[in-house]
Amino acid sequence: MSVIGNTELTFSEEQGMILDSAREFCRDKSSISAVRSQLDSRLGYDIATWDEMVALGWLGIALPEACGGSQLGISGVVPVLECMGRALLGTPFISTTLAAQLIARLGTTEQQERLLPGVIDGTPATLALLENSDWGDTQVRCSVDGEGVMHGVKKFVADADAAQWFAVSVVCEGEHAVAIVNKDQLASGALRANTLIDETKRAASVDFSGVSVAPENLITGDNVLSVLQDVKLLGALLVAAEATGAAGACLDTVVEYLKTRKQFGKLIGSYQALKHPAVEILTSVDSSRSFIYHAATLMSDEALGKDAEIACRMAKVQATETLLFAGDRAVQFHGGMGFTYECDAQLYIRRAQWSQQQFGDAQHHRKRLAALLLD
Amino acid sequence: MSVSTQEKNEFRAEVSAWMKENKPPAPGFLLPQSFMEVGSEQQLEFLREWQHKMWSGGYLGMAWPKQYGGGGVDPVFQSIADTEMRRQGVPIAVNIIGLGWAGPLINDIGTEEEKAKYLRGILSGEDIWCQGFSEPDNGSDLGNAQIRAVRDGDDYVVNGTKIWTTMGNFAKYMILLARTNPNAERKYDGLSYFLSPMKIPGIDPRPIQKITGEYGFTETFFTDARIPADCLMGGEGQGWKIAMQTLQYERGAEAGSAGGMAFVRIIIDDMIEELHDVSRDGEPALKDPAIRDQLVNFIMEEKAISLGDRRAAVNALTTEYPFSLPLSHKLRYTEYSRRMRQFAINVQGAAGSLYVGDDDARQGGFWQRAYFNSFSATIGGGTSQVQANIVGEHILGLPK
Repeated sequence: MSVIGNTELTFSEEQGMILDSAREFCRDKSSISAVRSQLDSRLGYDIATWDEMVALGWLGIALPEACGGSQLGISGVVPVLECMGRALLGTPFISTTLAAQLIARLGTTEQQERLLPGVIDGTPATLALLENSDWGDTQVRCSVDGEGVMHGVKKFVADADAAQWFAVSVVCEGEHAVAIVNKDQLASGALRANTLIDETKRAASVDFSGVSVAPENLITGDNVLSVLQDVKLLGALLVAAEATGAAGACLDTVVEYLKTRKQFGKLIGSYQALKHPAVEILTSVDSSRSFIYHAATLMSDEALGKDAEIACRMAKVQATETLLFAGDRAVQFHGGMGFTYECDAQLYIRRAQWSQQQFGDAQHHRKRLAALLLD
Repeated sequence: MSVSTQEKNEFRAEVSAWMKENKPPAPGFLLPQSFMEVGSEQQLEFLREWQHKMWSGGYLGMAWPKQYGGGGVDPVFQSIADTEMRRQGVPIAVNIIGLGWAGPLINDIGTEEEKAKYLRGILSGEDIWCQGFSEPDNGSDLGNAQIRAVRDGDDYVVNGTKIWTTMGNFAKYMILLARTNPNAERKYDGLSYFLSPMKIPGIDPRPIQKITGEYGFTETFFTDARIPADCLMGGEGQGWKIAMQTLQYERGAEAGSAGGMAFVRIIIDDMIEELHDVSRDGEPALKDPAIRDQLVNFIMEEKAISLGDRRAAVNALTTEYPFSLPLSHKLRYTEYSRRMRQFAINVQGAAGSLYVGDDDARQGGFWQRAYFNSFSATIGGGTSQVQANIVGEHILGLPK
């Protein structure tokens, strides 16, 4: 068996319909001026747009039919995120999808019936996993004590301000567990909003100390760790899909400028020093798209296998490295304009830094890929 | 004509068994890694015999018409046979310019006489073909070809020089692009296309020693060479159009090939295999974090190309730049391959400084030779830089 391994890539009719409708929606609702108008808003997105996404059924794409979802799996969410990334459309879509996946994969029937219909109806939620900057840190210090009281602070909690509930990784009596915490349980001042490099995104530190967790809101069991691991891989894939879309849009921005800007009497796109890197962005975006739809092909509602894990990690490496390169060159190729806040290149270079740091950067994933592929 | 999965599977098993049974044992000399490296009579005869065997077995020219030596079956069988050749690691097919470029062209646009005269010899390997497109001053700029062909009675008299003529010294025929009208308004309209004999007075192919130290190409000098006028393909002035069609076969975009492997397939697994007994800092190189990180990058690059081939078949996922994947394939694959082969030398430690001929060279200097030879693909058939221009201009719409 070749180390190249599984190269399946299929695309269903449903995925095609989702892709078409998401592309159109994002183009209509998230022009660059609409994106810019949200940069300094508190939540970072337009509630009316979110409501329309909810009405289109996007929050339920991957959730079970029993809870009102479409049960198309994460493979149906990937095209949505590619389109959202292309339009730089914020919203707590990734956070909510992942929190809901955690409940769908790990929660009891009671928890699913209590939480998932609300998600499908547009209640934002999020994961609270990190306690420091290290995605590779496996130790969880945030705890739930014998009285059911939480201790600890979670960092880099995406969309914490918008979220109505949190799925928090904790230890409880020495075992890994997940605590579900409602927003109204938080002490005042528990949220400390971050100033993010990507102004279309929102995150905060959240101090959960003192929150009481009722038994029905504590998920324990042998597979907590493995489901958390799977949900992180899904997170890597969704961020990769979003970054792929953003890189495609960034490429368009570069190409447009190279076709219109003249220097030394010539369109600058005729210079190979700019033309060839533009081609490199194109081929990298091509690779990113191939990886995210390959990974989408291997997704399932069950535990993820080795091929799926490899695919998610590769998608994350490829897509975020691609966006880093595209954003970096976009600024450079715009010359003096590229150095300004007004130039759209800044939106992409900022998104690139953000995407790279979600669910582990390229080195983090390559290190794990090496073990999966070479040992 | 549709072929059932069962038929395909049965054929795959058949050809796989045949290749296993008939794959020749390694001779006592180095075999070429591609059709562009056939440098000795010894190599030529060995490979010619192998090609003849594959054709006699029915595994070359499977989709070509029966009356010209082909098999007359659906092209899918040839594609299966080619895949099995790669999987079994059999030697290359020597007459690639005939099988893959000149042959399909003659099949598609040739006259009945041309088909009857040329196709069988291409398949059997008896008639080696070469290509006369590039010239010393016009490598990538094909439309600017300057070699002159002047009509004189029943002949064209040809003067000038072609270069990078693969197997020019062994070939019986050449597909030749020459200028019949130097005064045409557009330079392209002055070109004509010939199916030219090589073994005639006035044609002098002189072998070029390559970077590897081996041979495989000639510089081919034409001095008042008289080529019969009936060797002209199409009409005068049709040369550019026919040359472009030839390049389509060469770049794999058009079907019609008689099959056969043009290159020994060298994949990432071969390099990883090579690393198993290499040590670094006293530990296996495969445990070295820096090497591992690089290997993952290479694996991903090769995998991305395979996945791209898959995605290219999904229309809904290629709407943004529809021909981006097929048009960038050569650029990506050849550049990847070149860097991967160089890395395989890097990781050998001090042994990476040895070359073919040294008893201690790993695998007889396989990777050193493979790396140098990889440039034939990043330069031949349009350099990577020209390929990048093509992708930039045709796919992204950037200005010339």
